[in-house]
Amino acid sequence: MVNGAPVAAEVEDRLLLVHFLREAAGLTATNVGCDTTSCGACTVLLDGESVKSCTVLAAQADGRQVTTVEGLAGPDGELHPMQRAFRAEHGLQCGFCTPGMVMASVSLLRENPHPTEAEVRAGLEGNLCRCTGYHNIVRAVLAAAEEGLGSAPGESVR
Amino acid sequence: MSILGTRVVRTEDPRLLTQGGVYTDDLRIPELDGAARITFVHSPIAHARITGIDTGAALASPGVVAVLTAADMDDIPAGDGRPTAEPLLAADRVRYVGEAVAIVVTEQGYQGEDAAELVSVDYDPLPAVVDFDDALAGGTLLFDGTDSNVIRTGGEPAPPGAFDGCEVVVQRTFPNQRLAPLPLEGRAAAARWADGRLTLWASTQNAQLARDALAAAVGLDAAAVRVVAPDVGGGFGAKIATDRDTIIVAWAAKHLGRPVRWVETRNENLLGMVHGRAQRHTITIGGNRDGRILAYHLDIVQDAGAYPRGATFLPGLTQLMASGVYDLAYCGSAFRSVLTSTMPIGAYRGAGRPEATAAIERAVDLFAAEIGMDPAEIRRRNVVAPEAFPYTTPSGAVYDTGDYAAALEAVLDGAGYKELREEQARRRARGGPVQLGLGLATYVEITAGDGGGETARVVVDATGAVTVYTGSSPHGQGHQTAFAMLVTDQLGIPMDKITVIHGDTDQVPTGIGTFGSRSLQLGGTAVHQATIQVKDQAREVAAAMIEASETDLELDTATGIWQVRGDPDTALSWAEVAAQAGPAGLAADVEFRADSPTFPFGAHLAVVEVDTQTGKATLIRHVTVDDAGTVLNPVLAEGQRHGGIAQGAAQALLEEMRYDPEGNPLTSTLADYAAITATELPSFELLAMETPTSVNELGVKGIGEAGTIGATPAVHNAVIDAVAHLGVRHIDMPATPQRVWAAISEAKGSA
Amino acid sequence: MIPAPFSYRRAGSVAEALDLAGEYGDDAKFLAGGHSLLPLMKLRLAMPEVLIDLGPVRELSYVREEDGHIAIGALTRHHDLEHSEVLARSVPLLAHAAGQVGDPQVRHRGTIGGSLAHSDPASDLPATVLALDATLVARGPAGSREIAAAGFFQGLFETVLEPDELLTEIRVPLPAPDAAGWSFQKFTKRAIDWAIVGVAVQGHAVALVNMAGTPVRAAAVERALAAGAAPAEAAAHAAEGTSAGDDINASPAYREHLARVLVERALLEAQSV
Repeated sequence: MVNGAPVAAEVEDRLLLVHFLREAAGLTATNVGCDTTSCGACTVLLDGESVKSCTVLAAQADGRQVTTVEGLAGPDGELHPMQRAFRAEHGLQCGFCTPGMVMASVSLLRENPHPTEAEVRAGLEGNLCRCTGYHNIVRAVLAAAEEGLGSAPGESVR
Repeated sequence: MSILGTRVVRTEDPRLLTQGGVYTDDLRIPELDGAARITFVHSPIAHARITGIDTGAALASPGVVAVLTAADMDDIPAGDGRPTAEPLLAADRVRYVGEAVAIVVTEQGYQGEDAAELVSVDYDPLPAVVDFDDALAGGTLLFDGTDSNVIRTGGEPAPPGAFDGCEVVVQRTFPNQRLAPLPLEGRAAAARWADGRLTLWASTQNAQLARDALAAAVGLDAAAVRVVAPDVGGGFGAKIATDRDTIIVAWAAKHLGRPVRWVETRNENLLGMVHGRAQRHTITIGGNRDGRILAYHLDIVQDAGAYPRGATFLPGLTQLMASGVYDLAYCGSAFRSVLTSTMPIGAYRGAGRPEATAAIERAVDLFAAEIGMDPAEIRRRNVVAPEAFPYTTPSGAVYDTGDYAAALEAVLDGAGYKELREEQARRRARGGPVQLGLGLATYVEITAGDGGGETARVVVDATGAVTVYTGSSPHGQGHQTAFAMLVTDQLGIPMDKITVIHGDTDQVPTGIGTFGSRSLQLGGTAVHQATIQVKDQAREVAAAMIEASETDLELDTATGIWQVRGDPDTALSWAEVAAQAGPAGLAADVEFRADSPTFPFGAHLAVVEVDTQTGKATLIRHVTVDDAGTVLNPVLAEGQRHGGIAQGAAQALLEEMRYDPEGNPLTSTLADYAAITATELPSFELLAMETPTSVNELGVKGIGEAGTIGATPAVHNAVIDAVAHLGVRHIDMPATPQRVWAAISEAKGSA
Repeated sequence: MIPAPFSYRRAGSVAEALDLAGEYGDDAKFLAGGHSLLPLMKLRLAMPEVLIDLGPVRELSYVREEDGHIAIGALTRHHDLEHSEVLARSVPLLAHAAGQVGDPQVRHRGTIGGSLAHSDPASDLPATVLALDATLVARGPAGSREIAAAGFFQGLFETVLEPDELLTEIRVPLPAPDAAGWSFQKFTKRAIDWAIVGVAVQGHAVALVNMAGTPVRAAAVERALAAGAAPAEAAAHAAEGTSAGDDINASPAYREHLARVLVERALLEAQSV
C-alpha cells in the first residue's frame, strides 16, 4: 500500500524501494541523493516509521504500508501540519531534500511529540540539506510540534 | 503600504511540499517516452594512456543498445587544438579519476551499471602529479607540447621595500582546501533529437548559456537547440552553463536518434562535478605595534585540476578582493594556476572571493596575535572608514557603499563580546578541558561581477494576469516570489495572478542566468523596469479609453484599478486595459546592464567550544551582519544567509576533498566526505543592516554567497582562538579534531 | 549504486530460513534489516547470489527477562532496544548504545543480530556485547550452539558463524550489583559518523570500538582496575594490546590518545552512575 492505495508490480529482485516508488508507483517526489545511505533524501514512512527507501528492497516492503510526502495532504488538498510549518518557516529552498526531510520530521514528532531544539537536530542527523543551513527546518519542526500533528489528513495509519 | 521589504512566504512551496519538485530525473513527459538510459564508464586511474577499449562483453549484456566512445564522436566539431584542450569522452589519455571514457546506453537504468562494469579499458599508467610543489616544479609535464604545468599567472611579488617601515612582519602558508559543491541533486540530463532540433533538459543554472555551449559543441545553430532547466536541486556555481558529461548525453540523443536520459550517482558527483577552492596561500602582513597594518601581500597557488577550467579566472577574483575591508598602504598579490591529476576546479559559492577573505582574515588575526592585540580592536583600527566611499582598492575594485565599522560593532554588541571574553577568561583560569573560542571576520565581497546584464519581459494579458519571463534561473533562491513581489508592488495585481517563467530557451531566448549573486540586482531590476514600462503603457491606454489626461489618472495598487483621481465611475481593471491594448495585451522587454558590480559586506562572530583533550570543536553560536543593501523579502534573504553560514562553517570544520599522492580520491562517498548536518550547527543569530547601493534603483546587492564568505574565517579563527592560550597560533582548515589535537600537542611540546 | 543481480527468497520462520540456507550454501546471505549488507551490495563490495529475507520472522524479535539474563531475539531492531523498558531497567548500556547506531531511519531497520553478524569493529554493538560478556546463540542444521562474545568476532566482516548458521538470540547476563555502573563514549566528527574510537564500560569491563580488526577488551585497563587503580591511572593503559587503524579521520597515535581519554571519561561516568 502506498499512500493508502494498493500498488502492485512485478519487479526485479534487486529493485530498491525508492525506485519502486518513483517508477512503479509513479511518485517522483521521493529523491535519490547518494549511494551510501547517508543523505536521507529518500526517506519515507514504512508502517509509519521513517526509513531510507534506498536501503530497503521493494520486496521487503511487500504487503506493508508506505507513506511518501505526496500522501500527507488531505484529500481536498489541505496541507498536513508539517507541510504548513515548512512553508510558514521557509524550511525549504531548492526542495530536493524536502520530501525526505518532511517525512523524517513527521516520524520524529510521532515518537517525540515535544522535542527540544537539540532533539530535533539529533533527530535529523540522517538528513542532509545544502541550501537552508537547517535553521528554518528546525523552526518548522518545532512549530509543527507546537501545533501538534494530531490526526493529520491523508496519513496512512499503521 | 508597499509589499517590498515585508516577509512574504514563498509561492513556490505548496507544489514542492505536496507533489515534490520536478527535477530532471523526475520528468515523465511524452517527449521522453521510450528514452534509453545512459551510464558512464569513468577512469579509475588518475593518469594513463588508453591503449584499448573492448566493448564486446558490454554489448552482449542484457538491455544494451549501444556502447559509445570518443571514436564514435566524429560527427561533431573537433576540439580547438590547444595542447590542454579538454575532450568530451577521453580518447587516448585520461587525466583524473572520474574522467569519462565511454557511455553505455541501455533500455533500463539498472542494466546500465551491469553493462558498464563489462566495458574493458586498457590503461597504461603514467605518473600522476598531485602535490602543488611537484606540479609547479614540472618534473612531470602533464600535457605534451607544454613546457610547464602552470597554465596562467598574474600579479607580482611584493616589490622590494614594501614591508620596510613595518615594526612587525608575519608570514605564513596555509591551504584553502578543495571542496565538493555537493548540491543535493547531482547532475542529470535528458535529451531528444527530433525534427532537426536538439532539446536538452538539464540541471543547469543557465539555460541560455547551456544552449550556446551545447550548440557550439555539437556543431548546430543555436536556433536548432532548446535547453530547458526543470526544477534544479541546488547548484552553488557547479551547474553554471553545462558540463561535458551533459553535452555527451545530448550528443548521444542526436547520434542514436533516440531520446536518452542520465542521472549521476553521488560517487560520480563527488568525483566528476567541478570542485571548489583548492588554493594555497602565502600571506605576508606587516604593520606597527600600535595596531596599524601597513602592508599585505597574498601569494596564491591555484590548483587547476586536470584541465584549465575555473582556475583560469578564479584567482583573478581572489586578487581583486585581496585587501578586503582594510585600508592598506600597500596591498599586492600574485598567482599561479597549476595543473594536477585531479578533478578540475570551478566556481563554488563565492568563487575566488571566500579565498581572499579567508586569507586576509587569518592574516589579520596572525598579526594581532603577534602584537598581542584583540582581534576586534585591530579590525576597528584598520577598516576603511565610512566616509571613504566609493572606495577604490589597490587592486582597482571600486566599493560602492559600506560601513564596515558599524557592521563590526553591531556583531560585537549583538553577541555580547565583552561578556564572552570574560567567560573565556574564566574558563582559561579554571583550566578545564572545554575552552571557549571567539572568531571574527569582517568581509566585503563583489556581486554581479560578471559585467553581463539580465533580461525581463513582462506581459499583462486580457484576463489581467501577468507573465514575467526572466533570464534569471532560480534553483532554490525564490525568484518566483521575489519577482512577483516587484510586479505586484507596482501594478497592484495579486501575486497569485503572476507567473514567472524561467529556464526555457524557447520562452526566454536571451538571458545569462543565476550565479555570482546577480539575480535580484540584475534580473530583479530588469523585471522592475519592464513592469514600470508596462504601467506607463497602461496609463496611456487607459487615458485614451476614458478620454482623460494621463496626469489625472491614478492606479490604486491596493485594488489594481485605474481611474481618474476622485472619479470612481471611470474605473478600469487591468483586464480591460490590457484587452484594449491589443491581442498581445501589454508587454515590455528590458535588458538591464548595471554600470558596475556591487559590494555587500558584513561581519561574523563565531563562538566555538573546543574539547582540548580530544580536539573536537563545536560551533555553539554564530552572529552575523550581512549587508546586501535594501532587503526585498527578509524571509528569502535570511534563508540565503543561513545556507551560506552552514557551508562556510563546514569548510572551517569538516569538509575536504582529498586525493592520495597517486591521484586516487580518498573522499568519494558521503560516508567519507563530511558534509555538515543539523547536529553540528546551532541556530544562527542574524542582525539586520541595510546600506543601499546606488548602482541600481532597487538599492539591492547580492546576498547568495556573502554568508559563506564571512562564516569560514570566523569559525576558523574561533577554533584557533579557543586554544591560543595553549600556544597555538594557527591550524589549517578543516580544523578537524585530529588537527586541533596535533596543534595543541605541538604547542605543548615546544612550550 | 545498484546491487548486482541476485535472487530473493523469503523466510517465514527460523526453520524455513535454515532450510533455505542449507539449499544455497555459500551463495546465500541472510538479510535482516539490511542496513549493513545492502550498503555493501549497492557499492558491489558484496555480491551474494541469493538473499534470504528474515523480515517476516517475527519470532526473533523480543527482549525478555529470563533467569539471570536478558534474552534478546537476534532480529530485534536497534529502535526497539533503544526504547525497551526491560533494557532501561536492567542493562541500560545496551539500550543507550543501540540508540547511538546510525540515525533514526537506520535504527528503524537495523537489527542487533544483523549488526553482530556483520562484524564491523567500528560498529557500536559488537564492542557493547563484548563488554557485557554476552552469549550469542546460533542455530544451524545440526542444532543450536552457544558462542561467547569474546570468541565470536574474527575480523572485519568475519565471525565464527557458518554460512548455514543463523544467529537467533543474544543473552546478556544481568550485571552484578557492584558492576552496575556503565558508560558509552562514542567519538565522531559528526553525529552520523561511525566511531573514530568508542568505549563501552559495564562495571570493570571495558571494550573498545575501532581500535583493532575486531572489538577488543582493554585487558590492561581491566587488570589495573582489578588491582585498585583509579580511572585516570587505569585509562593510561587503554591502547595496550590494540592495533588502531590509519585513515582519513585519524592516525593510530591519535586513536590511541582518544582511547585513553575516552576510557578515563567512561570509567568516571560509570563510577558516578
